[in-house]
Amino acid sequence: MRDWLKEPRIASLAVAACLALLMMPAAAQTPPYRAARAADGKPNLNGIWQALNSADWDLEGHAAAKGPVPSLGAVFAVPPALGVVEGDVIPYLPVAAAKKKANQAAWMQLDPEVKCYMPGVPRATYLPYPFQILQSQKNIMISYEFGNTVRVINMEAPTKAPGDSWMGWSNGRWEGETLVVDVTSFNEDTWFDRAGNFHSDALHVVERYTPRSADTLNYEATIEDPKVFSLPWKISMPLYRRVEKNARLLEFRCAEFAEELLYGDLRKKTK
Amino acid sequence: MNYRLLASTALAAVVLVLLLAKGSVGQTAPAAAKPGKAWTPPRTPDGQPDLQGIWNNSTITPLERPKGLGAKEFYTEQEFVELAKRVRQGDVGKEADLGAANPQALRYDLSLYGFDVTKTSFASNRRTSLIVGPEGVVPPMLPEARKRNADRAAKNKGHEFDSYENRPLQERCILMGQERIPMLPAAGEGNLLQITQGQGWIGLLHETNHDTRFIPTDGRPHIPQNIRQYQGDSVGHWEGNTLVIDTTNFTDLVPFRGSGEKLHLVERFSRIADDTILYRFTVEDPTTWDRPWTVEIPMSQAKGPIYEWGCHEGNTMISTILRGARVQEEEAAQKSGK
Repeated sequence: MRDWLKEPRIASLAVAACLALLMMPAAAQTPPYRAARAADGKPNLNGIWQALNSADWDLEGHAAAKGPVPSLGAVFAVPPALGVVEGDVIPYLPVAAAKKKANQAAWMQLDPEVKCYMPGVPRATYLPYPFQILQSQKNIMISYEFGNTVRVINMEAPTKAPGDSWMGWSNGRWEGETLVVDVTSFNEDTWFDRAGNFHSDALHVVERYTPRSADTLNYEATIEDPKVFSLPWKISMPLYRRVEKNARLLEFRCAEFAEELLYGDLRKKTK
Repeated sequence: MNYRLLASTALAAVVLVLLLAKGSVGQTAPAAAKPGKAWTPPRTPDGQPDLQGIWNNSTITPLERPKGLGAKEFYTEQEFVELAKRVRQGDVGKEADLGAANPQALRYDLSLYGFDVTKTSFASNRRTSLIVGPEGVVPPMLPEARKRNADRAAKNKGHEFDSYENRPLQERCILMGQERIPMLPAAGEGNLLQITQGQGWIGLLHETNHDTRFIPTDGRPHIPQNIRQYQGDSVGHWEGNTLVIDTTNFTDLVPFRGSGEKLHLVERFSRIADDTILYRFTVEDPTTWDRPWTVEIPMSQAKGPIYEWGCHEGNTMISTILRGARVQEEEAAQKSGK
């Protein structure tokens, strides 16, 4: 070792390698993006956003597949995707893994999205519809186009949920550039996607919204549910601003689109 | 400019403020400014008047003026105190002179849910009806509107239980009474409205059926006329301290007091005290009424939070009603078959 270093060529190589190692982290770390500010000095997340991926079809990576309604052909086929789960696989407990499989097999009958029920969190974020963030100091409202669903994120001292609900109970805080939202008190009736990924009423979600450019956010959700998963797990994806000048959420009161499915068999028979 | 009109409007405004200051009752009585001392609304960090919070439009005032009051637009202070006292005692009378506190207007036995009408909180400006002006009633419907509404009712007659499509939107959780705009007070439930202000937008969350309107205030025009929505299309702007929201693009599927799709709604939100917003709206529809009419409702600040209002998710009403109808038909068929 000592002899090596006495060799001038090797010594200089070693110094260069050390320097490179020292410099590497600095070169790999792009400086964090500093978002534009709202009037109160907080990062400004106001806007209409949308996920552009197939997460609602299946959070895990999946190949393309025939859709469930043959008469719709390619229109309603399952698009392929690499998945948004960190580590690729959701860590189900064995019993829960069996239930997930059963859910997937009976997707059309069981998925609350099909019935236009409130989608829960984080699913509301990556449904294939836009949502709008309206940011004030005391609270942040998020309106989701799907089913006219809404959440109010409390930004003051954390409060306790009055009861379980579809969209959960959201307490938010700022960590530097990131909006962190702690969501609890869910009912057990929402799913994560059309592949039957599910949770219990012990679900606890921590979301992180971090601006990564003027028109993109990074979205992360850590999902914890000891009744269903062996470990907490995480999804992440970019969200894109709907930059159209006249972008608006429009009415998508989907309850009326699910009525034939829910009540069609009770229609009066015509003679 | 008509200075006389301006002067009388200004005078009316002063009178109104005085009435509001004195006429309020209830747990959330608005602490309006003392005469002579101007009250200035708080501002958001970006300088807008701050309307944020949770507001309750509960009232004991009926939409239309009770017969017998003629052109009397306001109760005297003494009359109003007595009226409020009767409500507090639970003595709300049989005639519909107490608006939402009238037991006939209630859908539920509120005592079952731990509510107590004598503890209802409400703000009032001593009006005898929510509709302003000497008439105090909805203008008569034009003949064409009468026909339109009669035709609609006739078309559904005898088919009320055929299918979900024949049931009211309210039952189907598509658009509920307190959810639809303009927002009128209901009988002691679902009366809350949460207002949040973001950059260039106003968020209005109705407690009833979690209806949410995000309204731009950046001067953009309405969406194209060919896109019609149950709640129309709303754009807003500020006139001084008042938020003005203009809504068009309604459908003809949800008549408001008989209106058609030409309904044009202008809503005004003015914070007139720390704990009071004056909500005033004007509706016009040349296919329904020969003149616009205006309603004024003081909304008192409420503590909150607003609970999530699921409706469709737990709706067993439609399937129960339709199943009942099918069973009855089956039974009738069996009987006549014998």
